[in-house]
Amino acid sequence: MNREVARVSAIWVLLIALTVATYAAGKAGLGGPVVMYALLLSIFIKGHFIIADFMGLRNAPRLWRWLVHGWLVLVMGFIALAYLMGLKT
Amino acid sequence: MRHPNKTTRQLPGDLAIWIFILAELLVFGVFFAAYAFTRASHVALFNQYQQTLNRESGAINTALLITASYFVVRAVQAIKRGDSKRCVNWLAAALLGGGGFLYFKMMEFADKAAEGVSLSTNTFYMFYLSLTFFHFMHVILGMVILFAVLLKARRGGYSAADHTGVETGAAYWHMVDLVWIVLFPLVYVIR
Repeated sequence: MNREVARVSAIWVLLIALTVATYAAGKAGLGGPVVMYALLLSIFIKGHFIIADFMGLRNAPRLWRWLVHGWLVLVMGFIALAYLMGLKT
Repeated sequence: MRHPNKTTRQLPGDLAIWIFILAELLVFGVFFAAYAFTRASHVALFNQYQQTLNRESGAINTALLITASYFVVRAVQAIKRGDSKRCVNWLAAALLGGGGFLYFKMMEFADKAAEGVSLSTNTFYMFYLSLTFFHFMHVILGMVILFAVLLKARRGGYSAADHTGVETGAAYWHMVDLVWIVLFPLVYVIR
């Protein structure tokens, strides 16, 4: 198995593992800010590898890498901000 | 003068698809923010009805999309080696993954419809149904694109030297996966 195939295969295993962990958190009914931050971290890790390695933006012009990663971070920021606002209601 | 040895950074696929991808990400981003900020003023309602969702289906669908994306990456790697046959096989496997996603999603929608849930039931279900159906349509479009690429690859339409079309179709499919990676925890898990 050449290096590239090995890399994307390892990434696939990581993404599936993080999905199982996300599901387990939901199944256990875990909630609260700490869990929310952990889930956002999981989203970022998965999103990063999809953007960089699956989409192939690791080797693309820096602008595009920053645009798509920027979208992910912005969306995560909104989710966190809204969640914290919800705690106050 | 450009340094001869510096590998030029290349955007995979057509520029046009990346403009389209950014536009789609923007729309989904607004949708996610709308969900999150609406939840902020309906926390109890969202937490209560989130419990009625089929998380197993959501998790299986996440695994199916991730795996289909992995197959698409293998298809791109294959055509870069000029291996059309393997490219076609990996694309077919990815379409199977996409088909699996559509099946589980339709089962989920059918269950909710049987329970009498609709867009007007309450605010949570309005977001859940519209967001997931909007994404469902994108999975279908992504599969149509992959299928068109598969047909052309089968006719020998791509090679190691010319495979922009495969990368273009792949980029769109990965966007559909990327969006679900946010949607699943946001709607099914965060509480």
